[in-house]
This record gives sequence, structure tokens and C-alpha cells, in this order.
Amino acid sequence: MKPDLFEAPDYYNLDDLLTEEHKLVRNAARSWVKREVSPIIEDYAQKGAFPKHIIGGLADIGAFGPYIPEAYGGAGLDQISYGLIMQEIERGDSGIRSTASVQSSLVMYPIWKYGTEAQRKKYLPKLASGEWMGCFGLTEPDYGSNPSGMTTHFKDMGDHYLLNGAKMWISNAPFAQIAVVWAKDETGRIHGLIVERGMDGFSTPETHNKWSLRASATGELIFNNVKIPKDHILPNKSGLSAPLGCLDSARYGIAWGAIGAAMDCYDTALRYSKERMQFGKPIGQFQLQQKKLAEMITEITKAQLLTWRLGVLKNENKATSAQISMAKRNNVEMAITIAREARQILGAMGISGEYSIMRHAMNLESVITYEGTHDIHLLITGLDITGFNAFK
Amino acid sequence: MKILVCISHVPDTTSKINFSEGDTKFDTNGVQFIINPNDEYGLTRAMWFKEKQGATVDVVNVGGPETEPTLRKALALGADGAIRVNTPALDGFAVAEQLAKVVKDGAYDLVIAGRESIDYNGGMVPGMLAGLTDANFVNTCISLEIDGTNAKAIREIDGGKETVTTALPLVIGAQKGLVEESDLRIPNMRGIMMARKKPLTVLEPIEASTETVSVKFEKPTPKGAVTLVSPDNLDELVQLLHTEAKVI
Repeated sequence: MKPDLFEAPDYYNLDDLLTEEHKLVRNAARSWVKREVSPIIEDYAQKGAFPKHIIGGLADIGAFGPYIPEAYGGAGLDQISYGLIMQEIERGDSGIRSTASVQSSLVMYPIWKYGTEAQRKKYLPKLASGEWMGCFGLTEPDYGSNPSGMTTHFKDMGDHYLLNGAKMWISNAPFAQIAVVWAKDETGRIHGLIVERGMDGFSTPETHNKWSLRASATGELIFNNVKIPKDHILPNKSGLSAPLGCLDSARYGIAWGAIGAAMDCYDTALRYSKERMQFGKPIGQFQLQQKKLAEMITEITKAQLLTWRLGVLKNENKATSAQISMAKRNNVEMAITIAREARQILGAMGISGEYSIMRHAMNLESVITYEGTHDIHLLITGLDITGFNAFK
Repeated sequence: MKILVCISHVPDTTSKINFSEGDTKFDTNGVQFIINPNDEYGLTRAMWFKEKQGATVDVVNVGGPETEPTLRKALALGADGAIRVNTPALDGFAVAEQLAKVVKDGAYDLVIAGRESIDYNGGMVPGMLAGLTDANFVNTCISLEIDGTNAKAIREIDGGKETVTTALPLVIGAQKGLVEESDLRIPNMRGIMMARKKPLTVLEPIEASTETVSVKFEKPTPKGAVTLVSPDNLDELVQLLHTEAKVI
């Protein structure tokens, strides 16, 4: 792969909206991605493997639970810092960002928000340092956009719970030490359970042959009469709103992350358009290429502003789920459109592993589907503004 | 051992350079600032002395409040404390005088300053600082070891290297080679969190006069287009060198 010459676009001087610490955190993540991710990511994506050796580095830059309080091993940063870290990691690769998102928002967040003090003390420091990795089990083979229909369930056996069922499309599953699993009790109410690798009847087969997020490990979670100790239930919240609360946090991170992927594609295409000569001049001199590039930077700038504002609302605990849905949906579509346009500017080179664009484009096909599909997010906005539920 | 690393706050190497106010001021609009790379090599070596030999490391900058993020990054990289002398860095003479006061008051044993900053490339401060503080001086330093009050340094000279021994107090002009680019560190989250609690002391400047005044800045003339001449057409090449380039 070519050397990483990335220069971040900031057309509206939005850096002026960030604090000194935001920029320090962001620039550290940016430097780390350039040094540790860019040189190896193409190779791992091509061979379909997650680069486990970077877990320590991800922890060092604060990618695991940056907003978790310091008392539990987090960094105690604000939501904009979290977003900026996700942006920089996804600038490198959506698959690596997915690993960080899952660890932060889908594993550490529910343990922090819904868990007991003992659970927080046991798990959060190890998850923050990357010593343990986690995954999140909500989606099932027959229940994707409709998680409330899930069939995974547990029975109260007196001194333990007995868990049965299966989860699918689970990032980090093949290597995670723990899984936060959502399952119904005997009354049909959804609860979160912490399942540890090694429990009898628990297995995590890997999902192979993906064309997307190839540098991220995906798998299934299979529970066959797994005995769960009673202190492994997350007691402080139940019902579908509990996992949806985690998804809000993760979707917020994705909204930022997608900007990172878009910035990388734009930056690559812009540089290429100045160097690639056709008909005796750089292709950047042709109007059709300029149109693509000008529209890209316009869309990136709009997304940056939207997402920064969402971060401010999130810091004030005012961001609604519907606002987060709008940003996730808008930004991922923006990124995938830019990836496709950037691919065209690079012509045949756009499909080559020499450049990051095709990898981003393929990754974003997952990102536009997971954590609420593009269509579902639209319906969330529709419900929010009309009051009518069009899901069913 | 007390080490002071002098940190210049300079535009990132990829910045687009422009001037304002009739080409008399550097236009900082949209420019990202970084630790001067020569200073960063020095800071990284200072961290080695901290970790292996128990040195304490302070960093100092002469400049306005806008330079504090650069000092905060140095703290995140492991420096123990930071000092900002609250006056614009107008020329090397004035900066060296301000720094000399900090060095004397803090009784530093070793002062590391980049051999030059990558913005104005004056290259004056380390030598002047050594002179003003009666310290020994090794410029273009590419290796430094300290044993008690003895120092062994290697400096880059034309076409080779020179190994010297000297004693503390010492000022060195740091550059690449003191550590390698791959040794440079990225602030980790732990470092960033600790930097919040470390002292950043703002000192008011002493009287120090500038000896030079910037009158005007100019950018280099843009490179002209390349003319490609076929290897089969050497007559044309000679003709162009004679009539257009006027070098033969």
C-alpha cells in the first residue's frame, strides 16, 4: 500500500470549535493510525484477519471507553473526544473502529450504566486496558431490525440462570473474553447477561467469507444450556430500551467514524486528481472531477458541523435517539457516496489495494446496515416528526 | 539531574504558508502548530534520561497563550512541568535572554534545544543560551550520554561525526539522530490525563530587547513547468539550455 499522506480537511475551520484537549486526543489518535494502522491494514483486510497486535495500542490512545470514569479505568473524556477518536480510527478502517465501538459502547457502556458496582470493578478496568475484549449479542438470525422478537431466553433455576439461543453478526465474537447478551426471561422481558468464554455450552464460531469489514472478526454466539451465575445479570435496566441505550452510544460513534472514512476517500481522490495526467493535464482540471470533489468537501463539512453539534448535545445529555439516528444515517450515506465517487476519480486504481478507497467502500456497506439499517433510521426520524410508527 | 527542554511552537510541515499585512506577518489562519521537530528529538531523549536515570524534565516556551497546547502535548509525552514566558518570540536574541533567566532560576544541569526551529530557522538560540548561562555547548548533537556530571556527545560535522566529552552544565542543539524518527512518541491517554494535573507556569518576561526586526517575507518563486526533451533530440536540449535556461 502507498504511504499514508493523509491531510484532514477542515474547510470551515471547525477545529476552532474544539478544545485544546480535544485536539490533543484527536491528533494522538491520528498519529497512531498513521503509524500503526495504515501500514498493515490492507494486508489484514486482504487476508480477512483482525490485527490483534494493535489492541494494546487502541487501549493506549483511549479507544476503549474514553468516556468511562477514571475510577473504572476509563479516561473520563467527553463525548466529542470519543467521537474524534472514532473518526480517526475509521479514517484508518471501519473494521478497527467497529472493534473499538463494540468494546466502548456495547460492552463497557452497559456494564457501567446497568451493572452493579462489583461488575464495574471486575470488568471495566480490564476492558479499558484491552486485557479483555468484549462483544455484544442482540441480533439473531431471524431478528435483525426487529430485536424485540428475539428468541434467546433464560430460565431461573434457583441458584443460576440457564441460557439458550443464538446470536448472529457479532463483531469481536471469535476472540472476545466476555459477551453482553440480551435475552428474555420467562415473562418475555429482555435483560442483559454477562457471559464469559469458557462457560459450558457457550461457543463462538467465526463468520467467514465476508466482502466487508474484513479486518474485523465477526461470529455467532451459541448458547446451549449455558449456566449463568446470578450475579452476571445487569440489574439496573431491562426491556428493549436497555440495549437500545447502548446502540445510541454506538451509533453516535459511527456518525463520527463515517466522517473519518469519507475524509480519507476525499483526501486520496483530491491528491490523485492533482497528480493523474490525462489529455495532457491533471484530471483535477476537468470540470466533472471538480464537481465530484467540490460536492465531497461540501458534504463532509455539513456532516462535521451536524456531528459536532450532536456531540455538544450529547455532552449536555440532551441528544435524543432520533437525533443520533439522523446523524448516523446521514453520515454513513455521505461516506459511502463519497467512497463511490472517489473510486471513480481513481479510475481502475480505485479498485486496487494500493489505495484505501475500495476497502472503505466495501466496509461502509456493512456500516450502512449495522446498528440500525439506513431504512430503519429513516423511519425513526419519520416516527419522531409525525408521531406515527411506520415500523409495523 | 534537572533537564530543561526548550520547545518552539511551529507550523506543521504540511501547512500552506501565507503572509498578511503587506507581507510583514505570518498568516496563522487555518495553520496547525506542532512541537518543533528538532525539539521533539530532544524531548524524546530527555524522556530516556527521566526513565533510565531518574532525571526530572521541564519544558519551556517563550510565547503567547496560543502556544500552551504545544506545551500541554509535551506534558502528555511525559515532561514533569511546563513554563511559558509570556511574551512573543520576536527574535533569537530576546528569546535566548528570556530562556537564560529560566535556566539560571531553575538551576538546570542540562538544557536541550532544537538546533533550529523549522519556522524561521534562526539557529541562534542554543549557542546564545549557552553563552548567557556560562554552560558548555554542543551543537548538532546526534548522541548524548550523561554519567554524573560528565557528558559524552557526538555531533554531526561536515562529512562525518565528532565525539566530544564535556561536563554539565551543558546546552545541546538537538537534531535527528539524537533519537530516530521511529523513537518519537505519540501521547497516550494516560499521558493526556496526567497532563491535566501537571503545572504549566506562566512567567512574566524580563526586559530583553530585540536586535532584529522582520521587515518583509517572501515565498520562494514557484517552480516552473518541466520541459521534457526526447533522448533522440539532443540538439533541441542544447538549444533550450542555451536560449531559454541561458546556462550554456
